Amino acid sequence: MATSPLFTELDQIFIILRDWLVGFLPAALRPAAGVVLCVIIIVCLFPGLFALTTVFERKGLGRIQNRLGPNRVGPFGFFQPIADGIKSLTKEDIVPFSANAVVHFLAPLSLVVAVFMEFAVLPMGRNMVLVDMDAGLLFFFAMSASTELSVFMAGWSSRNKYSLLGAMRAVAQMISYEVVLLLSSVAVVMITGSLSLSTIVAAQNSYTGIFPHWYIFTPWGLAGFVMYAIAATAETNRSPFDLPEGESELVAGYHTEYSGFKFALFFLGEYLAMFAISGLGTTLFLGGWSAPLSFLTFIPSWIWFFSKVMLSIFVFIWMRGTLPRLRQDQLMNFAWKFCLPFTLLDLMVTALWRFMGEGWLRWVVSTAILALAYVLMGRMGMRKEHFGPRRYRYAE
Amino acid sequence: MNLVFYLLAALTIGGGLAAVLLKHLVHCALATTVAFAGLAMLFLQLDAQFAGFAQILVYIGAVAILIVFAILLTRGSELPKDGVFSRSWFVGLVIAAGVFAVLGWAVLESMRALPQQTAVPAVTVHDIGIALVGRYVLPLEIVALLLTAATIGAVIVAMHEKERPR
Repeated sequence: MATSPLFTELDQIFIILRDWLVGFLPAALRPAAGVVLCVIIIVCLFPGLFALTTVFERKGLGRIQNRLGPNRVGPFGFFQPIADGIKSLTKEDIVPFSANAVVHFLAPLSLVVAVFMEFAVLPMGRNMVLVDMDAGLLFFFAMSASTELSVFMAGWSSRNKYSLLGAMRAVAQMISYEVVLLLSSVAVVMITGSLSLSTIVAAQNSYTGIFPHWYIFTPWGLAGFVMYAIAATAETNRSPFDLPEGESELVAGYHTEYSGFKFALFFLGEYLAMFAISGLGTTLFLGGWSAPLSFLTFIPSWIWFFSKVMLSIFVFIWMRGTLPRLRQDQLMNFAWKFCLPFTLLDLMVTALWRFMGEGWLRWVVSTAILALAYVLMGRMGMRKEHFGPRRYRYAE
Repeated sequence: MNLVFYLLAALTIGGGLAAVLLKHLVHCALATTVAFAGLAMLFLQLDAQFAGFAQILVYIGAVAILIVFAILLTRGSELPKDGVFSRSWFVGLVIAAGVFAVLGWAVLESMRALPQQTAVPAVTVHDIGIALVGRYVLPLEIVALLLTAATIGAVIVAMHEKERPR
C-alpha cells in the first residue's frame, strides 16, 4: 500500500476539497452543507458523464457500422450533446389530448429521482460514499425497483397502444430479470456477511502476490457476475434486451408520447440507470475502487472506480452494436428457465465455498459443479432447437 | 412525535383514502403506492432501515406492479358506467372499523404488557439475519413453503388455461 502524503492527498482530493469548502461555514451547518455539496456533485457529474457517453455511443456505433457518427458540431462532433440539450429544452412539450396529464407529468420525474437516489450508496472511491448505509445494497435495489412503476405510469398515462405495449414489455422484463439480479448479488452478501457496499469493497481490497481478491476471480463470483451482467443489461432495457423500445415494432416504447425535456429526462434516466447498475456491478464483483494489480495502488481510487464503470458502459455499447434483438418468448424462457436455476445453483455453490474452508479443493469442486450445470442446462435447453441450414419459404 | 411524523402520517392516510375514494382503478393503485411509500418512510423515521427498504422493494417494486398488471390484464382499467362504489359500503366500513379497533386495542395493550423501553434499540441488518435463521427459522420456513405452494398453484392455473383450446 502506498503511504506517501502526495498519494493520500490525490486519493482523497475530493474529501479534502469538500472539507475546505465547508470550513467557511459555521460549525453547526457543516455536516448538512457537506451532504448538500456531495448531492450537487452527484447531480452534476453523472448527467455530464451521460452527455459524454451519448457522443461515445454514437461514435462507437458509427465505427461498428462503418460510418463516421456525429462529426459536425465542434471538434469531432464532441459538442453534439450541447446541441441536443438545447434542442430538447426548446422543443414544444406535447401532452396528448386524451392523456392522463398528472400521471404523464409525474412519470419522468419519479423515474429520474429514483435513479439519482441509487448513487447515494455507491462507494466511488476510498471514503467517497454519500451515505454509508448498513443496508446499502437493499436501498439500491429498493430504488431500482421503484423505477418500474414510473415506466408503467409513462406507458399507461400516454393512452397510446405503442406506449402501453412497451410499458407492459418493460415491466414484465424488469420483474423477471430483477429476480436474477437480486439473487446473483446475494452470493456476494453471503461471502461478505454484510449488505453495506463499503464493507463489500473493503473485503475485496487485498492482494495475493500482485493479484487482487476480487469476487469475479472465484468460480461462484464469475458465474454470479455473468448472471448479474445479463440481468443488468435486461434491467436497463439495453440491446439485445431492448424489446420495450424496439423502434421497428413499437416506435419508441413507453416514451413514444413524450417530447422535449420530458423525453430528455427519460433518456437521462435510462443512462443514469446504466451508470448506477455498472457501478453496483463494479462494487460487488470487480473490487469497487481497488486497483487491479497491487503495484497500481498509487493511482487514486476514484480513477479506478470510474474506469471500471466506463469499461462496462463500453461493453454495453459494443453489445448494442453487434447483437440482434431477442424475441419476447426467448427473453422470458431465458430468464426463468436458464438464468434463475443457474443463479440458484450459484447460491448453493457459494454456500459450499463458504463452508469448505481454505484450500484448492473448493476451487475444483465449485468449478466442476458450475461448469457441468452450465453445459447440461445448455444442452437441455437447446434440445428442441433445430440448428443447421434453414429454409425460408418466401425467400428462395 | 414531531412534524416529520405528522407529515408522513398525513401522506400515508391521504394515499390510503385516495386509494378507496378515487374512481379510476389505476389511479387507486398508484395512490396505494403512495400509502406504501409513506409507510416505508415511517419505518425509516423509526430507524428501521431493513423494514423500510424491504417495504419499498416488496410493496412498491412487486405488489404495486402486480396490482396494475392485474388491472390491465383483466380490462378493469375501463371506467364502469354505474359508479365504482359498492352498495354495501357501509358494512365494509363497519368491518374495517372493527378490525382497526381490535388491532389498535392489541397494540395499546402490548404497550402495557411490555416494560417501557427508553433507549432506542440498535438493531442492525446482521441481527435481523441472525434472528431470522435462528429463533424464527420455523416461521420463515413455513412462509417459504406457503409461497412455494402459491407459486406452483399459479403455474398450474396458467398451464390449465393453455391446454384448453386443443
